[in-house]
Amino acid sequence: MAAVQETVDQVRRIDVDQYKYGFVTDIESDRAPKGLSEDIVRYISARKNEPEWMLEWRLDAYRRWLTMNEPTWARVHYPKIDFDDLYYYSAPKSTKGPKSLDEVDPELLATYEKLGIPLREREILAGVEGASDRRVAVDAVFDSVSVVTTFKEELKKAGVIFCSMSEAVREYPELVRKYLGSVVPVTDNFYATLNSAVFSDGSFVYVPEGVRCPMELSTYFRINEKNTGQFERTLIIAEKGAYVSYLEGCTAPMRDENQLHAAVVELVALEDAEIKYSTVQNWYPGDKDGKGGIYNFVTKRGDCRGARSKISWTQVETGSAITWKYPSCILRGDDSQGEFYSIAVSNGYQQVDSGTKMIHLGKRTKSRIISKGIAAGRSDNTYRGLVSAHRKASGARNFTNCDSLLIGDKCGAHTVPYIESKNASAVFEHEATTSKIADDQLFYCMQRGLSSEEAVALIVNGFVKDVIQQLPMEFAVEAQKLISISLEGSVG
Amino acid sequence: MLKIKNLHASVGDRQILRGVDLEVPTGEVHAIMGPNGSGKSTLSYVLAGRDGYDITEGEILFDGEEILDKPAEERAALGIFLAFQYPLEIPGVATMTFLKAALNAQRKARGEAELTTPDFMRRVKGAAEKLNVTQEMLRRPLNVGFSGGEKKRNEILQMALLEPKLAILDETDSGLDIDALRVVSDGVNALRSPKRSMLVITHYQRLLDHIVPDVVHVMSAGRIVRSGGPELALELEAKGYADYVGAAA
Amino acid sequence: MNAEPRILRTQAEDTFAAEYQAARARLPGGPGMAAARDAAFAAFQAAGLPHRRVETWRYTDLRALVRAVPPLAGEAPSDGAEFADPLPGLDRARLVIVDGVYRPELSDLSGLDGVAVQPMAALMEADDPRIGTAFARIDDPMVSLNAALMSGGVAIDVPAGVAIARAIEIAHVTTSAVGAYVRNAVRVGEGASVRIIESHVGRAGSAYQANIVTEASVADRAKVVWAKLQAEGDAALHIGSLAVTIGREANFDHLVLMTGAAIARAQSFVTFAGEQARAGLFGATMIGGKQHADILLSVDHAVPNGSSRERFKAVMDGRADGIFQGRIIVRPGAQKTDARMMTQGLLLSEEATFAAKPELEIFADDVQCAHGATSGEVDEDLLFYLISRGIPKAEAETLLVTAFLAEAIEGLGDEAIGEAFEKVAVDWLARRGNSANGTV
Repeated sequence: MAAVQETVDQVRRIDVDQYKYGFVTDIESDRAPKGLSEDIVRYISARKNEPEWMLEWRLDAYRRWLTMNEPTWARVHYPKIDFDDLYYYSAPKSTKGPKSLDEVDPELLATYEKLGIPLREREILAGVEGASDRRVAVDAVFDSVSVVTTFKEELKKAGVIFCSMSEAVREYPELVRKYLGSVVPVTDNFYATLNSAVFSDGSFVYVPEGVRCPMELSTYFRINEKNTGQFERTLIIAEKGAYVSYLEGCTAPMRDENQLHAAVVELVALEDAEIKYSTVQNWYPGDKDGKGGIYNFVTKRGDCRGARSKISWTQVETGSAITWKYPSCILRGDDSQGEFYSIAVSNGYQQVDSGTKMIHLGKRTKSRIISKGIAAGRSDNTYRGLVSAHRKASGARNFTNCDSLLIGDKCGAHTVPYIESKNASAVFEHEATTSKIADDQLFYCMQRGLSSEEAVALIVNGFVKDVIQQLPMEFAVEAQKLISISLEGSVG
Repeated sequence: MLKIKNLHASVGDRQILRGVDLEVPTGEVHAIMGPNGSGKSTLSYVLAGRDGYDITEGEILFDGEEILDKPAEERAALGIFLAFQYPLEIPGVATMTFLKAALNAQRKARGEAELTTPDFMRRVKGAAEKLNVTQEMLRRPLNVGFSGGEKKRNEILQMALLEPKLAILDETDSGLDIDALRVVSDGVNALRSPKRSMLVITHYQRLLDHIVPDVVHVMSAGRIVRSGGPELALELEAKGYADYVGAAA
Repeated sequence: MNAEPRILRTQAEDTFAAEYQAARARLPGGPGMAAARDAAFAAFQAAGLPHRRVETWRYTDLRALVRAVPPLAGEAPSDGAEFADPLPGLDRARLVIVDGVYRPELSDLSGLDGVAVQPMAALMEADDPRIGTAFARIDDPMVSLNAALMSGGVAIDVPAGVAIARAIEIAHVTTSAVGAYVRNAVRVGEGASVRIIESHVGRAGSAYQANIVTEASVADRAKVVWAKLQAEGDAALHIGSLAVTIGREANFDHLVLMTGAAIARAQSFVTFAGEQARAGLFGATMIGGKQHADILLSVDHAVPNGSSRERFKAVMDGRADGIFQGRIIVRPGAQKTDARMMTQGLLLSEEATFAAKPELEIFADDVQCAHGATSGEVDEDLLFYLISRGIPKAEAETLLVTAFLAEAIEGLGDEAIGEAFEKVAVDWLARRGNSANGTV
């Protein structure tokens, strides 16, 4: 009893100092005036030297957004957002297209260093040489703007395009026009539409036919400015038979006010292509009283457009005051596969409403959902998911497992699955459980010499193991640590 | 090594231990026998420091040091090991991972260096072979899907690795067939040493055929009511606990 | 659910308004009742017919499905005697409700010594304050519509300590194309035990609308078995709502069997009000043709130490749509709750569909809650195994489907009622086997 109680108490006293990414970088920035209007949309487009078609696309989205209402169906509660009280564009001043890293503001480089994200290729190489030959190319997005992308040249040799979205709009307009908004339509939902109007940057990846991307690609998002909405847009296209593994990480400073993050991610996998998309989301979650923190309202969707294509989402969600995201797969191609592996940890006053949609359209399409929710403190943690088979999805298969673990009696864990089958030969299986860490389990570990915190961490790591295994190795260890820190609260 | 004086413990309103006095000198093996509900398992939990028991009176000295105010993990680091009657399952945590975490936590608490992985593996392998614990079992999640015999062997394996000063075996024979009993007993006997004490808690005499104790205590209604040599166990086997149940009431 | 103001009304909603205005003066009740009816109708009007954006009705969009509204039931043109017994061979007392009105002269109350049976209309006339209390916290437009238009029904009181061996059937019969709004109440006293059967039949081909609301309470240590058979006429709209609270150490076993009606919705709201109570909640749906059947179950563990088991099975043939929505709520402090819910859909034809939404809403940590759901067709391997043993394919399929449904029906734990309900399932499968196009 007391061991659990101790953990619960510690969780209750959650100490914000635990959030080690909570520093602010003092850097000059270039901001659009507050508020949202057609002029602001034009301003953003002009700042990015965008072609006319891109501006029109944005304006169309903006006009549609004006007619839409915020969604209310998720199990999250927050005061009404004043969309006119936000800055929609902020960019570090010195990043007007740095030719090389030497032109990047040293403050920025220091920031990423502090976050453990090396941006100097030579250093990266030096750092891992001997240990392993795996390298990671990084696109660093600071506030709304991509500041640097590493390993670009080497990737180019393999034919892989990895650059900021702004650059893609200018350099590869035919690809962007063909695919942008083709998975998440402009009017998909309130936040996606808003993003379509004002998105400032993000990453663009194109892997040509038959190419296996020679290294992991990664984008590291950092919110720095105050009162600034973050609207990145990511587009990844894997041509026939291509393969790419992509990881995104996110952090933000500690701020008293809430900050809005409304990103859109679109994935397109053509015949026999495979995209693996991993997220370690650690936005600032707010303080012990629930003050501040990021509103993470994100639309992520992958389209398995070609036969035998595969899209796999893995997410470790530990941050944000509110998380509202449902990375989904449209299984259009026959024999295509979708996967969703998720760990969502909530503590303090965090609210998580997350899950996935697996839309089976093609024949013999397969999907697998493994979701592990851990609720502590006074948080609410909801899994919301849809699995559907349409008329033509003969032989579709889904397996879903969602487990919730509660730590303490002031939190809530909820499971809201929607299962819709319009095809007799589609076989869906869903299972869900809710449990807590048993006192006996804790005592057993402590009798063998583990402290109560170590025991909780050990048991939780066992609980999330199936998902951790899906992460690229470099990030699995980091994710495990992150989960322990998020749950420890003041333990340290 | 272990000195228990006038120990009283209760759960809620229920008094379970009513003045236990017991001394286990270094290197000796003592058995505690007694009818169901006499407080044997409670004694083992109180020694190991499980929460939920109110200690209303008495003291427990381990190597001359009072341990009642120490949490379970500190007692473990001091060298108290409890082999559970019902070992717990921890899904997703490989047995090997658990063993390493426990061993290193104790070493750290004692100010010793953590073991390197090859060193650790060597130790596990040696101990596991003696107990018929396969590599495959070590990779499986702790106790999940283990048979009764496998769970008990796993407990003894942990004991062998952690090298406690005092091992408390709580009904280690329960749920074991005769072959499994022999493997487990052999494992325990191999760990007998002049530096290590053991407290064997059992309802039946049969375990004591394999692990022969120096002293046998009879517990009834929360007290040690009689002590004697190994022959006492045989007497109990023949006559049952009826005398003691009556006497205590 | 949906905060948008509603301005447009459907034609059906307008008809309901006109009907209510016309009938308002003649509906039973004193001044208290009349005010409650007005409030209920206002609530219905504000919400309108439920539609797909109302979360609990997302799979049964009545705004789209209900086009025409039949007149409110008046004097019944028949006493319903021409309808075949839906549960032949099962001994039970019968309380007969024809076109929304309780008919003592058609009823059989033998074996019910000590049980008080009253016409609901009489309680309405007396402004009985208990009417509507079970639904006080449930916001549902179709329950509101019933509260405005209800004409009668029965109130059954089983006093404390009384054990009634003979099952009691509340038999609902709708004889023509009318709107029948029934309100029943069943109160089971402390330590009492009773077995209730709720049956629903009506004229084939007649587009009647039956809206039945039942309020029930099971007091401490009482034991109740409650089986509902929905075998309405094939053109009917059936909306049945049950709210029940169960007390300390009480037992409540509940089965809903859905096989009739063109569009059917059965909603049960079960609240654990006392500790150490246990509920078994079961459902079996067997539909074909273009039938649409939706079961909604809400289990509210409001206090600690409750346990519930939920098992729902649905078999869809033809172009039928089967739906199950279940929600287990564990309130803050309801520790040691043990709840398990299983939902399974079996599609017998290419064009049938199944949707399930089994939810858990947990606010206490020391609980054991689980749910499972599956959807698929008859297991080919099992089928082949049976055929290889010489059983003809159709028979083998019937055997497997029967076994599938039996798991839910037998859960009720009442042999006599279970047997009678299983026969309904077997007959349905036999009719299915006989029909050439595989639809019923």
